[in-house]
Amino acid sequence: MFEIKNLKASLADEDKQILKGMNLSIGAGEVHAIMGPNGSGKSTMSYVAAGKGGYVVDEGEVLLNGANLLDMEPDERAAAGLFLAFQYPVEIPGVGNMTFLRTAVNAQRKMRGEEELNAAQFLKIVREKAKSLKIDADMLRRPVNVGFSGGEKKRNEILQMAMLEPKMCILDETDSGLDVDAMKLVAEGVNALRDGERSFLVITHYQRLLDHIKPDFVHIMADGKIIKTGGPELALEVENNGYADLLNEVA
Amino acid sequence: MSTQESIAKDGVDAETVDAVKTVGEKYKYGFATDIEMEYAPKGVNEDIVRLISSKNDEPEWMLEWRLSAFRRWEKMTEPKWAMVNYPEIDFQDIYYYARPKSMIEKPKSLDDVDPKLLETYKKLGIPLAEQALLAGVEGAEEGRKVAVDAVFDSVSVGTTFQKELAEAGVIFCSMSEAIKDHPELVKKYIGTVVPPTDNYYATLNSAVFSDGSFVYIPEGVKCPMELSTYFRINAENTGQFERTLIIAEKGAKVSYLEGCTAPMRDENQLHAAVVELIIQEDADIKYSTVQNWYPGDENGVGGIYNFVTKRADCRGDRAKVMWTQVETGSAVTWKYPSCILRGDDSQGEFYSIAITNNMQQADTGTKMIHLGKRTKSRIVSKGISAGKAQNTYRGLVSIHPKATGSRNYTQCDSLLIGDQCGAHTVPYMECRNNSSRIEHEATTSKVDEEQLFYCRQRGMTEEEAVALIVNGFAKEVLQSLPMEFAMEAQKLVAISLEGSVG
Repeated sequence: MFEIKNLKASLADEDKQILKGMNLSIGAGEVHAIMGPNGSGKSTMSYVAAGKGGYVVDEGEVLLNGANLLDMEPDERAAAGLFLAFQYPVEIPGVGNMTFLRTAVNAQRKMRGEEELNAAQFLKIVREKAKSLKIDADMLRRPVNVGFSGGEKKRNEILQMAMLEPKMCILDETDSGLDVDAMKLVAEGVNALRDGERSFLVITHYQRLLDHIKPDFVHIMADGKIIKTGGPELALEVENNGYADLLNEVA
Repeated sequence: MSTQESIAKDGVDAETVDAVKTVGEKYKYGFATDIEMEYAPKGVNEDIVRLISSKNDEPEWMLEWRLSAFRRWEKMTEPKWAMVNYPEIDFQDIYYYARPKSMIEKPKSLDDVDPKLLETYKKLGIPLAEQALLAGVEGAEEGRKVAVDAVFDSVSVGTTFQKELAEAGVIFCSMSEAIKDHPELVKKYIGTVVPPTDNYYATLNSAVFSDGSFVYIPEGVKCPMELSTYFRINAENTGQFERTLIIAEKGAKVSYLEGCTAPMRDENQLHAAVVELIIQEDADIKYSTVQNWYPGDENGVGGIYNFVTKRADCRGDRAKVMWTQVETGSAVTWKYPSCILRGDDSQGEFYSIAITNNMQQADTGTKMIHLGKRTKSRIVSKGISAGKAQNTYRGLVSIHPKATGSRNYTQCDSLLIGDQCGAHTVPYMECRNNSSRIEHEATTSKVDEEQLFYCRQRGMTEEEAVALIVNGFAKEVLQSLPMEFAMEAQKLVAISLEGSVG
C-alpha cells in the first residue's frame, strides 16, 4: 500500500544527506509507529513524502498504491490519498477554519474528477465529524489555528484528516505538547478513522501515545534509516532503556 | 476639416477580436466589441470641448464651465510626486470622445439599444434587464435589486429601474441626462467638492467629461435598491472621462457600486474620472469600487492609466461616508478617495485592497480632513504586491484646530509575494489640537512558504493556496463590500494573482 524504497534525501541549501537509504512497507489497514532519537530524520521523511520544498531526493521511491509520490506536486500527493498531520500546524490569519476545510475538500474532489460539495452538504458532514472531536462551532469559525491552544491545533489536524478521508496518514509527533486528556481525544479521533483499509504511520518520541493508538509494528529510526523493526514491545523497550542499547546493537 | 464635424472610424476589426480571444482566460474581460463608432477628432483643444458639450446638448453655462477648466488645464503640469513611472502621455494623441453610432439617436428604452451592446454587458455579467438579482451571484438575498447605469466609452447606454426609483423620489440617470433634465441640481453641486482647478487630471476631466452617473436621494429617503455604474472602455486610443455626482440630502441613505473593465490592447489608455459625493446632515453614502481595468501583460505592455479624483464632503452633522475599493486592474493607478469631515460628529471610512501583479504600479490611499468637532475616520488598507509590481499606500490624516475630540485609526498592511516586488507606505499625519487622537499601525509580511505547503498538503493547488491566504489577509476589507459583490471580489483576487508564484 505505502512503501518507501531506499530513500535518500538531502537538504537543498547545504550538502547534507538526512535520509540515507530508508526502507519501509505498510500494508492496508496497518498502523506503524516510528521512534528514534532527535535528528534521526523522522520529520524529514514525512516532509519528503509530502513534497515540502527545501529537500532534494537523491535516490529512491515513495509509493502509494504503486504510484511514485515523488513525481507529483504536493497537492497531487494529497489528492492521491496522502495526509500529513503536522507537528506545528501553521496559522492562516483571516481564513475561517470552515472555509479552509471546504476549499481543501473540494480541491481534492476536483482533482479526482469528483463533484464538489455544496455548502449545505459540507456543513452537515463537518458538524458531525467536529462533534466527536469536541470541536465547537466557534472553533470552526475562527481563523485556521490562530489563537488555538496546542490541543485545539492537534484536534483540528485530526478533523482535517477525518474530512479529507486519506488512504495513508502520517502523524508527525501529534502527541507533542498535549496533556493526557487531549492526547486521549486525539487518539480516539485517529482510532475512529481505522477501518481496515486506511493505514497510519505514527511518529512519536513517547510510548504513551501508543497505549492509545495500538501499532501493529514499531520501527526504530537512526541516522536516516530504520535500524530495527518489531512489535509494540519494542516501544516499551525504548521507553524503559532509551535508544543507547539499540544504537550499540547495530553499531 | 471642421472640428465641429465628427469623423467615423472603422470599428475594431475581427482580427483583434480573435487575437484577444487566443490570449486566454487570464483577464476574462479582455474581449473587444466590434461595433461602429463615432469619434471626435484626435486631441484636445477648445473646439473639442465645444464639440463634446454640443454632443450632449448642454446649456451655455456648462460649456463655459468646461472652457474655463480647459484654459486652466493648459497652464498646468502633470503631478510627479506619486511613486509611479510611465512614459510621457501625448494628450494630443488620444480620442476624447467615442460613442457607438447606434447611440447617436438616444434609444427610447433599453429594448431599443443595439443588441451588440446588450450582448457586451451580458458577457461581462452585468444585468441590463430589470431582473431582481445579479446573474450567477451566490448568496445574494432573495429579491434584492440592483439598478445599473451602463457607460460604454463616452456615453451612457442606459439606466435600469429608473421608474421604480423615481417613485421613491430617487433620481438615478446618466450625467448627460442630469445636465439636461435637472440643471438646477447639477449647477448647484458640480465642482463644489472637487473644484475644476483641483488637480491636473480633475481639471482635464472638467473640460472634457462626456458622461457618468448622477444620483440624487431626497431628504429622509433610504434608496430602495443598490445602485451601480458599470464603466466599459471599448474603443481604441480613446480616453474615458466620466464624472459621477451623488447627493444625499438630510437623513438619506444609499449604497452605490462601480465596476470597470476594458479590452486587452498593446496601447495604454487613459481613464481620468472625477467622483463627488455630497452628504448632508445624518445622511449616509456607501461607495464601493471594483476596479478591474485591463492591467497590461506580464511585460508591462498595454493597460489602463487610471488617474482618478474621488472626494466626499460630509457637509452636515453626523454625515457618514464609507469608501471601499478593490483595485486589481490598471497598469498605473493614481487614486485617493478622500473625506472632508466638515459636519460635527461626521464619519469617514476608507477600506482598500490594492493588488498589483507583473509590472503594475499603484499609488493609492486616502485623505481624511477633519474640520468638524468629534469627527471620526478609519482607514484600513491592504496592499498586495506580486511579480515586479510596486504598490504604495499614500495617505493624509489632517485634524484641524477646531476639530476637537476627533479620532483617526489607520491600519496599513502590505503583503509581498515573491522577492521582486515592492510595498511602500507613505503616511502623512497632522493633528492641530490636543484633544484629538491619531493611531497608525502598519505591517509588511510575505506569503509564507510554510502556509503555502500546509494548504497544498491539504490538496490545494499553489494558486488556490495563494488566493486563500490573500483573501484571508484582505478579509476585513472584503467584508465591507455589499454582499453580492464580496463573492465576486474574492474570485477577482484569485484571478489577479494567477501566475504570481512558482
